[in-house]
Amino acid sequence: MANKLVAHMGLAQSIANRLAARNIRTAKDALSLPEFDLMTLLGVDMKDVKEAVARISEVACPPYQTALSLLEERLMNDTSGGRLPTSLTGLDDALGGGIPFGVLTELVGPSGIGKSQFCLKLSLLAALPASYGGLDGRVIYIDTESKFSSRRMIEIGRNSFPKIFHSEGMAQEMAGRIIVLRQTSLSEITESMILQCQFLPLHIYDQVTRASCFVYFFRSYCREKGSSSSSMSGSHPPKCPFSFLKSIAEFSRIPIVVTNQVRGHNNEEISRYSFLGKDTDLSVEKFETHHVAALGIQWAHAVTIRLIFEAHSGQKFIKVAKSPFSPPLAFPFTVTSSGVTLLADDGIEMIGQEIGMIRCQGLSMD
Amino acid sequence: MEVSVLPIASAHKEKLISAGYTTLLSIVGVSASRLAQELIIPHREAVEIIKVTLKCCRAVGLEGTHAVLKGSRTAWEMLSDEQNLKLIRTGSEDFDGILGGGIHCGQVTEMGGVPGIGKTQLGIQLAVNVQIPVSYGGLGAKAIYIDTEGSFMPERAYQIAEACIMDTWENLGFSRKEIEDCQEKMQPDHFLANILYFRICSYTEQIAVINYLDKFLEEHKDVKIVIIDSISFHFRQDFKEMVQRTIVLNEMSRQLMKLAERFAVAVLLLNHVTAKHTEGSFQLTLALGDTWSHSCTNRVILYWDGNDRHARIEKSPYLPSASAPFSVTGKGIRNAITHCKRLRMM
Repeated sequence: MANKLVAHMGLAQSIANRLAARNIRTAKDALSLPEFDLMTLLGVDMKDVKEAVARISEVACPPYQTALSLLEERLMNDTSGGRLPTSLTGLDDALGGGIPFGVLTELVGPSGIGKSQFCLKLSLLAALPASYGGLDGRVIYIDTESKFSSRRMIEIGRNSFPKIFHSEGMAQEMAGRIIVLRQTSLSEITESMILQCQFLPLHIYDQVTRASCFVYFFRSYCREKGSSSSSMSGSHPPKCPFSFLKSIAEFSRIPIVVTNQVRGHNNEEISRYSFLGKDTDLSVEKFETHHVAALGIQWAHAVTIRLIFEAHSGQKFIKVAKSPFSPPLAFPFTVTSSGVTLLADDGIEMIGQEIGMIRCQGLSMD
Repeated sequence: MEVSVLPIASAHKEKLISAGYTTLLSIVGVSASRLAQELIIPHREAVEIIKVTLKCCRAVGLEGTHAVLKGSRTAWEMLSDEQNLKLIRTGSEDFDGILGGGIHCGQVTEMGGVPGIGKTQLGIQLAVNVQIPVSYGGLGAKAIYIDTEGSFMPERAYQIAEACIMDTWENLGFSRKEIEDCQEKMQPDHFLANILYFRICSYTEQIAVINYLDKFLEEHKDVKIVIIDSISFHFRQDFKEMVQRTIVLNEMSRQLMKLAERFAVAVLLLNHVTAKHTEGSFQLTLALGDTWSHSCTNRVILYWDGNDRHARIEKSPYLPSASAPFSVTGKGIRNAITHCKRLRMM
């Protein structure tokens, strides 16, 4: 919409000519300038400028729809109710059916806690045929830390869905639907994503019965970002494809799952609102036991669902930290041969800010 | 109205006409000294002429003639307008309390907070609450929801609408007939059909939609709230030069204030937070910079205090700085659970 050409917008010829002469070709060029500047640039009356801007805005504005039609559209078009069930009943209930399509879901937690295991299981689930509760689609797994293990994935498959995996050829077909990309730099990742996007419509049209579903796993993308200056410094954040990721998710109606690292935080980085005064509870213990998700607050705003994986008191928990329609629940889990399994389907309700904090205490590396 | 009807000396009338002042309204906007200069008469005579003109206009009832300056209104006239401003409730009485009853129509209110505090929830709750019929204390109007981040989930809106309708039935016992009249309107589907949703994917589209609202609101006069969620998402990523960004933001805020006033709609802007380095430490503040902070009428910060969510009026021309707790429940925005004496939770 932003790149719509001004020449095709039905403006009065004189204005259209002047805009073209000043190299204002797209809606973006025209709307980035304040009206006063446009007036000086084009040498016309304010009245004409206002009319032209109003017309350009009207054409460049996307059409509206009612929330009701949005709901009906999604119910009709999305397979499996617009959710990817995770096979963890308690978590699925809390998330309204599973990982939702069309938005970014983030898994964040210290290393070794089970995020990759969860991702492997999700890839399988997306590849499974619908009769077994899957999405019957392909998966794109972008592995930036070379942690994808096919062997482990097939093991999870064999243990969780023995019926499917022991029949001939199924393992091959399921594994064949998962495309693994090993990219190590930010630009490579973005490039490959743009390429994938170009192929997406082809795949959708190819499927006879249903649109296929692509699940992107974007692992540890932050490693590169983490080395650059802290995103809390208030300077320009480096250009990163937040909105690009979100647009892919939304327009293809697929779930995108991203994993993120944590880092410790120190005294200088604690931010509070000015009216709250200084934090008096500056115990050292608090810093050693609490972590912060990497990529900073801007990324935290961009994700829709945040699942925190943490460990304390000898147990591991999945916490639904940010979600538009889930109560703040924490589920204890373990990692077994069939992947991540919940120890209890009834989550523990967490009050207040607890749900958003990431604790890490005495976690041993397996 | 012609100058000829003015009860002044005909010599003056002649001078007025030859200087180009043919109607009463043309004299009203002029200063006495300028008139004296043009007509070549003493200053006090010019003052006299203007006084007489004003009196005449008032007597005839010409519009806007008690304006000393064109387009201005006296504070007294505005007072009655201010008192009649419509309010949209947030769902939490404590929160409404610090807002002076709710979000005001005709004003731009900005709300910001850390991720997960409930900004989108508030946006959806207000989009639902504006639709409560007038007989139940609402505005019976439609809402425009401009989504820049894709965080609007219609299923959640359905949930909130359902809970709002049930609570309204429960709290207000009305006669059977009134209930029947409203029955049709008080359905979650109907509520969802009254939320007009725009999905914006770039800052150009954001500017375009805000400009287009001028025409759109003219055609859809039953809209009483415009929610933008969030105002800062695209501006924090796509801009390379801060100077240009500030200029564009200023235009946008001017446009929004004009819309709020012209159509008497409430404009709600949801904003992100960022950390600012001041006085040797980092402080949390709303995004988009210092210049933007002047752009809205009221500014509310949503934050965590202990185990409860709180809202605080940070800036307002007439509301005192105060905080109130609130909570986000399955039903939407409600009073904080610790403060709720009556057990009417799920």
